[in-house]
Amino acid sequence: MIISKQKPREELFEQLDGVNSLFLIGCSACATECKSGGEEEVFEMEEWLTSLGKAVTGSIVIDSPCNINRTARDLRSQRQQVEEADAIMVLACGAGVHSVAIKSNKRVIGALDSLFLGNTRRIGKFEEKCSLCGTCILNETGGICPATLCPKGLLNGPCGGMEEGKCETDRDLDCAWHLIYEALKQQGRKNVFTRIVPPKDWRKKKHPDSLDTD
Amino acid sequence: MSRLSDRLSSGQFVVTAEIAPPKGIGVEEIFDTVSRMEGITAINVTDNQGANMRMSPVAMAALLVREGYEPVLQITCRDRNRMALQSELLGAAQFGIENLLLLSGDHPCFGDHPETRPVFDLDSIHLLQVVAKLTEGHDMAGKPLSGEPPRFFPGAAAVPEADPFELMFQKYQKKVSSGTRFFQTQAVFNLKKLENFMTAARPLGVPVIAGVLLLKSAGMCHFLNRNIPGVTVPEHLIERLEKASRPREEGVAIARETVNAIRGLCSGVHLMTLGQEKRIPDILENNHIEW
Repeated sequence: MIISKQKPREELFEQLDGVNSLFLIGCSACATECKSGGEEEVFEMEEWLTSLGKAVTGSIVIDSPCNINRTARDLRSQRQQVEEADAIMVLACGAGVHSVAIKSNKRVIGALDSLFLGNTRRIGKFEEKCSLCGTCILNETGGICPATLCPKGLLNGPCGGMEEGKCETDRDLDCAWHLIYEALKQQGRKNVFTRIVPPKDWRKKKHPDSLDTD
Repeated sequence: MSRLSDRLSSGQFVVTAEIAPPKGIGVEEIFDTVSRMEGITAINVTDNQGANMRMSPVAMAALLVREGYEPVLQITCRDRNRMALQSELLGAAQFGIENLLLLSGDHPCFGDHPETRPVFDLDSIHLLQVVAKLTEGHDMAGKPLSGEPPRFFPGAAAVPEADPFELMFQKYQKKVSSGTRFFQTQAVFNLKKLENFMTAARPLGVPVIAGVLLLKSAGMCHFLNRNIPGVTVPEHLIERLEKASRPREEGVAIARETVNAIRGLCSGVHLMTLGQEKRIPDILENNHIEW
């Protein structure tokens, strides 16, 4: 899931200069889960905008605004309300904002900051375990990603800052390499500790990336 | 061949010290410090140490070479991608800098530019391999270098007191197989741990230069324990400094004892004197005084 959180209201307020009416778009997938752009948050945003004297011409919570065609279809279904607005405010990740931006000629205001690909620890608590680097070595690291869990992304073992299995950047954070070491030890494997992992090929993480399964 | 490499290969006990390039461009104070370093084989030049931005260590090391001192150039992977690292290394070789200490680098969260993008395109293992390739006359991409290949004497860092030992030592072994010719360690305070470390490290045949940090006060110990990754000053030393009527002298005594213990274990010492360079001769004094 893509983890996102709402921008501070002060930052959003700066975007509203000269904007008198808005159409709101939420996301029923990730942003709902993160409580950043679901129905409830869209409603709260509407209340806030109204309290500032802005007109909200309408709102819709799209099933995954990252789906470009579905977003285009949903925008068409609300054409009149969208047309009446000076701007469209999108409570979805950057992918959702982009779909709206390319399928509408209105000014688009992104209301969220997109943070990371997240695992859910419990409701409302998310953690980054994979950073989508394109060169996965999980099969030899006991399923634990050092490129993500080590703040330096070190591929060949812990740095000199590890203390009692904790990270130098935060003593409450487990050292990724300590987690890998424990996992492999338990499984009686050595894998990554006996092989030097070569530097990453950053072409695998090129921007903008694309995939066509056909 | 660098003096450091000569002395290590002939089994002479070496002493290295360290300086940080200036936060600015004035180097007079640094040369003043360096001129007070007696009995030193080579001087480490730190690279944006603690992730605090300072003058280029390559420029500082080049100045040392020009003035007849022998530097150990520290290069971290934190601030440069693989292209910048290689071009920096070639530049260093052009200035006659041979000794290198290749490091991953402290995380930017410790320093004065915490908003920066940490690079870590390579890690210290990769960097050792890159240096080996450069000395063989080609770059990391396999492209040949023109003219004479650079000459380097590459070193790496070790943390003898790290826990768990086996995990740290696996990386140590990777550094050995990636071509490190010497190790310099983080400050050592626990001699028992150093002994155990050397028992494991000695058979791998790479000289180890053990780090000795000159303590000044109990307060400094608490600061180190809280803020410096990989450094742990044990309680009994803190107590000694607390009880001492002259803590600075006690600090020198502790350093001297540590150096004397290291003489029998390692190939040299790396002194971190943090402004008290004039005490280096006292620390190196061989006549062990019992307190």
